Amino acid sequence: MTAAAGGLPGVPLLAALLGLLLPVRGGRRARAAAIALGIGGAAVALGLAVALAVHSGQVSGGYRIADFGRLPVTLSVRVDAAAALVAVAVGVVALAVQVYSVAYLSGDDRYPPYAAQVSLFTAAMLLVVVSGDLIVLLVGWEVMGICSYLLIGHDRTLPEAPGAAVKAFLVTRVGDVGFLIGIALLGLSAGSFRIADVLAAHHSPARLTLATLLLLAGVAGKSAQFPLHTWLPDAMAGPTPISALIHAATMVAAGIYVVIRLYPLFLGAPATLAVLGVMASVTMLLGALAATAQDDIKRVLAWSTVSQIGYMAGALAVGAAPDALFHLLTHAAFKALLFLSAGCVIHAVGSNSMALMGGLRRALPVTFWCFTVGLAALAGVPPFAGFWSKDAVVAAAFDARARGPAAGWVDWLVWLAALVTALVTAWYATRLWLRTFFGPARGDGHPHEAGPVMLAPVVVLAVPAALLGLAGLAPAFAHRLGAAALVHVNAATIPPLACLVAGALLGWALWRRDPAADPALALGRAAPVFANAFYLDAVQHAAVVRPVLWLTALARRYDASLVDGAVEATGRRTVSMGDAVGQWHRAALPRAAATVLGGALLIGLAAVLVVGAR
Amino acid sequence: MTAGQALLVATLAVPALGAGGAAIVPARADRLGRLVAAAAAALAFVVSVALYWHRSGPTRVTGPIAPWHELNLRWAPGLDLRFHIGIDGISYPLVVLTALLTLICCIYTLWTVPAVEVVSRGAQPRSSPPPYGRGRLLAALLLVIQVGIVGVFLALDLVLFFVFFEIVLLPMYAVIAGWGGPARRHAARKFVLYTLSGSVLLLVGVFLVVTQAGTADLVRLSAAHGAGLSSGLQFAAFVLLALAFAVKSPLWPLHSWLPDAHTEAPTVGSVILAGVLLKMGTYGMLRIAVGVLPDAARRVAPVLGVLAVAAIIVGGLVCLAQTELKRLIAYSSVGHMGFVLLGIATLNATGLSAALIGNVAHGIITGLLFFLAGAIKDRAHTGDLTQLGGLRERMPRLAGLLGYAAIASLGLPGLAGFWGEAFAVVAALRHGGPLWTVLAVVAALGGALAAAYFLRLLRRVSHGPVGPAFAGGCPPLSAGEVLSWAPLVVLALAVGLVPALVLGLAHDPVMALVAR
Repeated sequence: MTAAAGGLPGVPLLAALLGLLLPVRGGRRARAAAIALGIGGAAVALGLAVALAVHSGQVSGGYRIADFGRLPVTLSVRVDAAAALVAVAVGVVALAVQVYSVAYLSGDDRYPPYAAQVSLFTAAMLLVVVSGDLIVLLVGWEVMGICSYLLIGHDRTLPEAPGAAVKAFLVTRVGDVGFLIGIALLGLSAGSFRIADVLAAHHSPARLTLATLLLLAGVAGKSAQFPLHTWLPDAMAGPTPISALIHAATMVAAGIYVVIRLYPLFLGAPATLAVLGVMASVTMLLGALAATAQDDIKRVLAWSTVSQIGYMAGALAVGAAPDALFHLLTHAAFKALLFLSAGCVIHAVGSNSMALMGGLRRALPVTFWCFTVGLAALAGVPPFAGFWSKDAVVAAAFDARARGPAAGWVDWLVWLAALVTALVTAWYATRLWLRTFFGPARGDGHPHEAGPVMLAPVVVLAVPAALLGLAGLAPAFAHRLGAAALVHVNAATIPPLACLVAGALLGWALWRRDPAADPALALGRAAPVFANAFYLDAVQHAAVVRPVLWLTALARRYDASLVDGAVEATGRRTVSMGDAVGQWHRAALPRAAATVLGGALLIGLAAVLVVGAR
Repeated sequence: MTAGQALLVATLAVPALGAGGAAIVPARADRLGRLVAAAAAALAFVVSVALYWHRSGPTRVTGPIAPWHELNLRWAPGLDLRFHIGIDGISYPLVVLTALLTLICCIYTLWTVPAVEVVSRGAQPRSSPPPYGRGRLLAALLLVIQVGIVGVFLALDLVLFFVFFEIVLLPMYAVIAGWGGPARRHAARKFVLYTLSGSVLLLVGVFLVVTQAGTADLVRLSAAHGAGLSSGLQFAAFVLLALAFAVKSPLWPLHSWLPDAHTEAPTVGSVILAGVLLKMGTYGMLRIAVGVLPDAARRVAPVLGVLAVAAIIVGGLVCLAQTELKRLIAYSSVGHMGFVLLGIATLNATGLSAALIGNVAHGIITGLLFFLAGAIKDRAHTGDLTQLGGLRERMPRLAGLLGYAAIASLGLPGLAGFWGEAFAVVAALRHGGPLWTVLAVVAALGGALAAAYFLRLLRRVSHGPVGPAFAGGCPPLSAGEVLSWAPLVVLALAVGLVPALVLGLAHDPVMALVAR
């Protein structure tokens, strides 16, 4: 089983490396090879993940790859039930994305590197999932960042793509500064970077709090939590399947997964949990409100991801890791479904803008029903997947007030934020649904359903998006996630349901007044604020980007004028002094003769004086 | 003489003979001369790799330096000079890297001899082929440089170390001044004068130690841990040596010769300069300054650490505002060497290991980067970032390689550059205390800065619409280019995945160096 765990990232990595060797602008054969490698790598990884999940036992093993002065780094695996389930989710989404991309990017002339990069992305996420060593985990963590950079920048016709790609990598990299230092602190205090050793070691409370807070910086970057969430909406410049990959099972899930992986450490640091709770609450609301006023269908989904990851972070803050994991899995299913079906819509309409959609339910019946399942799961309509997991998170926050690991106010805060977010989520999901599929058609084309290669993954993903939540009712599933029971249907279920109904009704009522108009118009003056996500991009630009640019100009100027200036000046001064001395030696005959005689006189005088003094 | 000793001599003799052979070939048979040089470099590479085998084990284990092959001959008995060379786990990776990079550069020279830009008054600068075929001289000079650099890494005698350290200077001057860009003469003069003044300090420091300790033998000196030298003298000698090595490494603010030299040097010159010549400074810092004078090193370490982190930050900031391709890469070297020096300054085993692998990784990655920058400038005839752009439209392979090298250089985990930088930060945290913690945090932020400027570089060069510089014809990659880059591409990944390639042999010497 250790070999299977090692092969989990290994096989897609191999597929990626082989794929990168294919000709970039290859013809049909290179494309066919790239497709085979991409789908094959993802399929094998999925098979291995299923095998590990069925095996249901802890797998570990590894060997040392380097030793930095009695500080070993081991290439090791550590697969528990949670890791195996996340690996299955990654495998399913990766396979769906690889298949879907074949049709979605059929006109792309650089398919081989694209497919290889998706494979590398999958390998990196799986490495994060199975790694038993924090440094090796960091390898997967950052390789994922660079893959997102490469894939977001894939579309060469979009002028904003390169900038969005750079932003995605840099914002997460800034968070990773904290992540690296946090790992280093934990590793140094444990004398090893193996997760088992780090969890077993005794860390002082101050160090634990500091290290987990620093880890949180990296988590915020990867999982797009406030204030490092700004990259995710811009990342929509990437092809739609990539959005599905980033949002569902890789990248953004990685941050939450790592917290779950190291959860015993976080439980020992209540201050960190409080920070996480505040961060999660702000993110949930921020993401949901920003989603209300977007016109781009992908941006609505992007902001909904920000908000939903906030639910997972909130569950972690109140001490409910199994519920966070549950929501992570259901979210992976319904968000992959939503993005891939949004891809079908965009493919049909030829635009991301909802202003050009409307009335599509007749032209795109399959997409419509799949999209509906996804939105119902997102909003938390029973019995779709999102209902059960979201309910579990809300109930956990409610239950934690008395006996949670964090301070009581954190639990209240998370609970309240989760309820308000549920209302807003229902509102914007309704708006998206009605504005895309109902009302008069606003586009001028003749949209038609995508081919079977694109629809098949969508339909397959609709199954877990609808039904995965029911697994939460099974005690065996709950035990594997680490909880006694996940689903609590009781009085605490009523508030989130009430919020759902209220939000959906409000959305429907606003749309009903004028089916052709945007319900977001009702937001009035708040609409542009929400559409621009509270202008946090501008804040980031003014607070970080401009000062850094100012510093760079300063550094460049003074490095040239001061540091190098001193060197050049030394050279020039030496030359000019040499010239002066040379000038001084060049004289007309009378002065030269007088100088020579004078010198001779001086030397003679000195000799006489010295000898005389003896 | 044992097989090991014969190999040691051969690592120096083969390139020396090859240089002589290549230089005496007449000018009309220039290509033959280049072939001779490439053959000698290939043989030297095989010999240097072969040093790994026939390890008889250390002849005596008395201190930090336990060479597995050693040769100790009388050289100038009247002056009590000895020709004492040897190899251990710290020097071996650097010797192999030097031989490899020289070989690659000689192969590259088989295909491409740098054109010299002639600037005549009132006319556009134009490239013209060199007035006479003199690629063989360039290759011969590269081999002479190899002799000097390998000698530095092998020397186990302080005076011998100094001699080899100086051998490198003039051939490098000739390479820059003879085959460089438009402002080559100024850059070459600056390089030679600046590093020569560093060498004067080195000379004084070396003789201060040698006369006071009564021996120039590095094995004995580092085993003594500075015993017999007064504290004040140790301090003075360390400062002198550290300054000399800081100029070579280079350490901010003694770095300003480097951007000029790199920008003007021909491609192969930049590769050797960044790839291995700078390593003489960090190697000397580790083996001579820290190895011989550990107590003084402990006193000066905070200053070294602060300057190293300043180099990381200033180098990064300047890169972010830089508009010339090769200059940007040169400044990135300042930042990377800052990480190496930070590792050394921590004086713990983690930091020294990080410095070793950082050294090798920088040689591989920056060597590759300079090759790619050279290839781009050959095609675009400019390194101005505002003129470039859209490389991935015109030459997707070259753009892909540039992306790979840039990503490796920004320290992406899984590629070679990561280990040295991340563990320099870990080592600073391991050192503990408020100063070193701050240094670690600032250095880690410098890592984020590296990502910023490399992605900016890619955005300017690879992405976007095709820039005016690429508007003309872009000849496809030549066989020589592909052949000479391939080993570096593979090594950047291999060292990234298996850092033990570099660190496996170094563990024992590093532990011995920090054990007191």
